[in-house]
Amino acid sequence: MSGGTSQDVAIRGNTVTRIIIHVVLFLFAVYYLLPLWVMLVNSVKPLDEIRGGNMIATPQHWTFEPWLQAWSQAQIGVQATGLKPYFLNSIMMVVPAVAISTILGALNGYVLTKWRFKGDGIVFAMLLLSCFIPFQIVLIPMARVLGVLGLAGTIPGLVLVHVVYGLGFTTLFFRNYYAAFPTELIRAAQIDGAGFFRIFFRILLPSSAPIIVVSVIWQFTNIWNDFLFGASFSDVDSVPMTVALNNLVNSSTGVKEYNVHFAGAILAALPTLIVYVLSGRYFVRGLMAGAVKG
Amino acid sequence: MIDRLQQWLPRLVLAPSFIVILLFVYGFIAYTGVLSFTDSKMLASYDFVGFENYAKLFGLTNWKTALVNLAIFATLYIVICSVVGLLIAILLDQKIRAEGLLRPIYLYPMALSFIVTGTAWKWFLDPGIGLENIMHLWGWDSFSFTWIKDRDFAIYTLVIAAVWQSSGFVMAMFLAGLRGVDNEIIRAAQIDGATGIRIYTRIIVPMMRPVFLSAFVVLMHLAIKVYDLVIAMTGGGPGRATEMPATFMYSYTFTRNQMGIGATSAVIMLMMIFAIVVPYVYSELSRGGRR
Repeated sequence: MSGGTSQDVAIRGNTVTRIIIHVVLFLFAVYYLLPLWVMLVNSVKPLDEIRGGNMIATPQHWTFEPWLQAWSQAQIGVQATGLKPYFLNSIMMVVPAVAISTILGALNGYVLTKWRFKGDGIVFAMLLLSCFIPFQIVLIPMARVLGVLGLAGTIPGLVLVHVVYGLGFTTLFFRNYYAAFPTELIRAAQIDGAGFFRIFFRILLPSSAPIIVVSVIWQFTNIWNDFLFGASFSDVDSVPMTVALNNLVNSSTGVKEYNVHFAGAILAALPTLIVYVLSGRYFVRGLMAGAVKG
Repeated sequence: MIDRLQQWLPRLVLAPSFIVILLFVYGFIAYTGVLSFTDSKMLASYDFVGFENYAKLFGLTNWKTALVNLAIFATLYIVICSVVGLLIAILLDQKIRAEGLLRPIYLYPMALSFIVTGTAWKWFLDPGIGLENIMHLWGWDSFSFTWIKDRDFAIYTLVIAAVWQSSGFVMAMFLAGLRGVDNEIIRAAQIDGATGIRIYTRIIVPMMRPVFLSAFVVLMHLAIKVYDLVIAMTGGGPGRATEMPATFMYSYTFTRNQMGIGATSAVIMLMMIFAIVVPYVYSELSRGGRR
């Protein structure tokens, strides 16, 4: 999709047709922006204005109180800590998990394309298939293994889980990328006496920036947005952001503070949204590669 | 010596990943498979009961509900995403100057967590403060939209949110496909006097068959896995009206202490996904090999 030159226009319409096309596209844009708009405007409204007023109207009285509430005061679980500690939990989980899975994926992709050996196809097929498994199939044994390893309910435990189930994707990215890299260069370097790691660090890695970006974005988005593993394997002090947000929205007793919920939802969405805005092209590339192209 | 090391180094580098995948993916699948033949309740047990859990599972009303819901959800989700995705892609492909602005708007939901999406749609579709209320304020007093509270219709609100989240991605897939169509084909058709819409329905859309297939596989496996969205939007309710296989597995395993049944449902989910994905991945890989 990136940089594709536009086709000849097949629908050779007159002005009216083109206006209709633009209107339809505009309406779709409204549909996609609507929930974001709803979250934004209602996160800066006092609660009575949401209950008594129009949900898609801009606020009459602006207030940033819901944001403060969501960030540092709202009651989540037993404590009134706001989402802040959970946001930090997510960061501490995401950063190592993304780094480790990307590094391993790069090395795997390198081996699977440039140092092929008998049976490597099976290894790759196993990694590839692991991308699709429904995680329900690993929940029960994973809970036990984390317990045995002493990692139950800890952030390192969650990092391990996310690394394991991200490996298939990162390996796929790097394998497909390195497959297009001229093998002659590798052979030439070998003849010059360069070893396995030297070739990787001196020849392949310097030209890997685009695929590293794709892999990091993909992993970051998936791990940050994960809910199932967070809900299954976290404990009081390792709960990630998505799980905390869900607790805030769905288990709040008494008055439903919609404005705080919306502010919290935006806080949970912000990191991935920022990554998306900064790197839309790479984000799409990751999506497409994740849609499996062998 | 060093040569030997160099020879084994690639395998050594790959080994940790291989072992981890072998144990944590395939070993775990095998373990869950074993559990599905036992009478495990709160804790794992190794008293084998044959296919009892499978027979029991398919007798459970909740599981039947989950399967029916999955069928409804998956069908609508896949069909609507494909139609909307294809439509937007075709319209965007008409040399729209604002494409650079519109495309990211259609795609950004993919960057969001289903928990965020669920929260936004949950309150927007809430009759008390959301869409229904808005229509009433605009003077359409008879407008009623209580699907999310309605046992028979709540499943469709999940479709609305899920389509919102994924259709932009399908659009991107189709757009990539459309951009790959040879210009000559279009020109030849135009010379033959074919009109725009006919060129699409007769020539271009049929050429998109591989994209339809990819979209189907991706969306289908997302549909079978859908969990967060249900939890965030309806919590499986009202009642158990929006139960899905994923929520069923979780509640039977971890809250109802029926681990044997939970494991069985996970095995069924895996088989559903593999039935779709394995042939697809296999054909993609063998086609890649021939290239």
